[in-house]
Amino acid sequence: MNASVPIKHTQAESDLFNRFERAKDALPGSVAVAALREAALNQVREKGLPHRRVEEYKYSDLRAFLKSAAPLADVADISAARAVLVAQDTFGELDRYKVVLANGIYLEDLSDAAALASEGATVTNMSDALAGEHSAQLLGSPKAGPNDGVIALNTAFVQGGVVIEVKAGATLSKPVELVHVATSTGAQVTRNKIVLGKGAKLRLLESFVGDTGEGELNAVFDYDVADNSSLAATRLIVGRTDAARLLTTIAKVGAQAELKSLGFVAGMRFSRNQQFVEFKGENSEAKIYGVTMAGGDDLADQTLIVDHAVPNCNSREFFKTVLDGRAKGVYQGRINVAQHAQKTDGEMMTQALLLSEEAEMANKPELEIFADDVICAHGATSGQIDEDLLFYLRARGIPEDEAKTLLVLAFLSEAIEEYGEDNVTEGLEARVRGWLAGH
Amino acid sequence: MLEIKNLHARVADEDTEILRGVNLTVNTGEVHAIMGPNGSGKSTLSYILAGRDSYEVTEGEVLFNGENMLEMAPDERAAAGMFLAFQYPIEIPGVATMEFLKTAMNAQRKARGEDVLSIPDFMRRVKAAAAHLNVSMDMLKRPLNVGFSGGEKKRAEILQMSLLEPKLCVLDETDSGLDIDALRIVSEGVNKLRSPERAMVVITHYQRLLDHIVPDVVHVLSKGRIVKTGDKSLALELEEKGYADYIDTAA
Repeated sequence: MNASVPIKHTQAESDLFNRFERAKDALPGSVAVAALREAALNQVREKGLPHRRVEEYKYSDLRAFLKSAAPLADVADISAARAVLVAQDTFGELDRYKVVLANGIYLEDLSDAAALASEGATVTNMSDALAGEHSAQLLGSPKAGPNDGVIALNTAFVQGGVVIEVKAGATLSKPVELVHVATSTGAQVTRNKIVLGKGAKLRLLESFVGDTGEGELNAVFDYDVADNSSLAATRLIVGRTDAARLLTTIAKVGAQAELKSLGFVAGMRFSRNQQFVEFKGENSEAKIYGVTMAGGDDLADQTLIVDHAVPNCNSREFFKTVLDGRAKGVYQGRINVAQHAQKTDGEMMTQALLLSEEAEMANKPELEIFADDVICAHGATSGQIDEDLLFYLRARGIPEDEAKTLLVLAFLSEAIEEYGEDNVTEGLEARVRGWLAGH
Repeated sequence: MLEIKNLHARVADEDTEILRGVNLTVNTGEVHAIMGPNGSGKSTLSYILAGRDSYEVTEGEVLFNGENMLEMAPDERAAAGMFLAFQYPIEIPGVATMEFLKTAMNAQRKARGEDVLSIPDFMRRVKAAAAHLNVSMDMLKRPLNVGFSGGEKKRAEILQMSLLEPKLCVLDETDSGLDIDALRIVSEGVNKLRSPERAMVVITHYQRLLDHIVPDVVHVLSKGRIVKTGDKSLALELEEKGYADYIDTAA
């Protein structure tokens, strides 16, 4: 059965094809990039948007969710971008450098590129990089998800982004926030490459502000974590929106290196935070955390594949989800251990707290192990607030809402605190309280 | 202070009555002991007083300073001055003990229309109370009751009691799981709180605790009813003869 029957396209798919026709001449990139875009769009044409019969999207049917697809956002006005940045807080008072993307395109004027350069980090406009040499390599796919539909959409429509390179041995004095700003509605599609030289150290913050209206936000982050280097990436997916939030990490981790990440999701109508982590060198460690809050009709998906392709690496995956209303949470996590990847230590845990009768959690932790000398474990729990705990707190005079807040915060904080980036802990915990008070 | 009139109660959704007409009046300044065999309804009574909704009151009333206590939420009762020292204090991972104490004290103060405590004032109170009860700062830094020994948990309960300064203290088998030294520390902590403005109900299976916390009145609860009331000598009599007489009379 090689002959494929052409599928009947949805409204959103037709919109995407029209969007491409209108936008393709203006989208950045070399001839090779243009060919990649065409190929990626053809994949969507043949297979449609990712839907529930695609195993990886079984619980997060993007095709059913997207009723239409808005055009790409127009080029942003600098003062409008500045106004959104001022109005919408991300990491509060935290002292940090900023790299700003406005409506999907790097905005140097609002970015701290000069200060970063003085500390050994360069910022290149992805639009330029895509036009240059080796441009096609900038749009790679992960080994564990070569045909991922969300990445294909990204490749087809990528408007811009940045390449941040931290030179070997450099440790930046402050975190770097890569902030996506929407000044007007419309889809935003970005690709960002973060390259750490050997022994470099970076604390990265990723955030998204402004309203994209009905336009999806599709951002791919490519982390190149060289030998002996260390990257901590905090991804903040917050702020009420009805549009889809589609975030992808493709991480390659060298030897004696460390990757730590936290995906923090609150109040998104439809979000997918997917991460592909591949160990390329030995004696390295990846710690991947997720904190998700969803209410109403939200769907929040955290998907993760960690590839232990080499021996002697450790990975820890710890995901916490709180659901209310009719919200649906999804956790799909897989640890792959290749046959020669002996002495792998992998530990995955996903825990969900359901605050309502109608909330629903799909937990799918998986181990795929071909080596015979490994320590791997996984676990999954779903439960409600423990009435005994709640009563104890109330018996001490703490009103029900406040007691619930304490317990939910305690539940989620376990992951935030184990992530251990102290400079963001307080802000994130305040966001948990905010979500509980206002969702 | 506390008036329990003809109280009947059962576990919610079950038919069996556990309390079958309890009458009890505790005046301000008094310490009452409630003794009784296992299964007599002692813990049920304490949970009902604290407002646990897994029990259902089918008849009777409970007045706390003249107010209908059964209509108040657990946190409202606490703010009004009710305190239950749990037989099995709950471990709450992720909630820091200090944070919990501050939240509870301030929640009660807010409910009573009082100002919240300043941090230094709060710290001073905690340190003073902790010193009396031999509670280390290390214990206070841990999540609430997590990893505490049986004795530490009971000391932590009494610490909470001293900080919250309730009007009515109900101690549910506070002596269970305590060795002699811990029993002495806990009892001293409780005795320090005895005052003409405060009443206490001490629920216990054994007379031993009452050597340390000497009651004004002793009641025997059996099969859901108070079957005998006397002074502290009643406790000694029970220790000697056991509960056999009362189980029979109540049947």
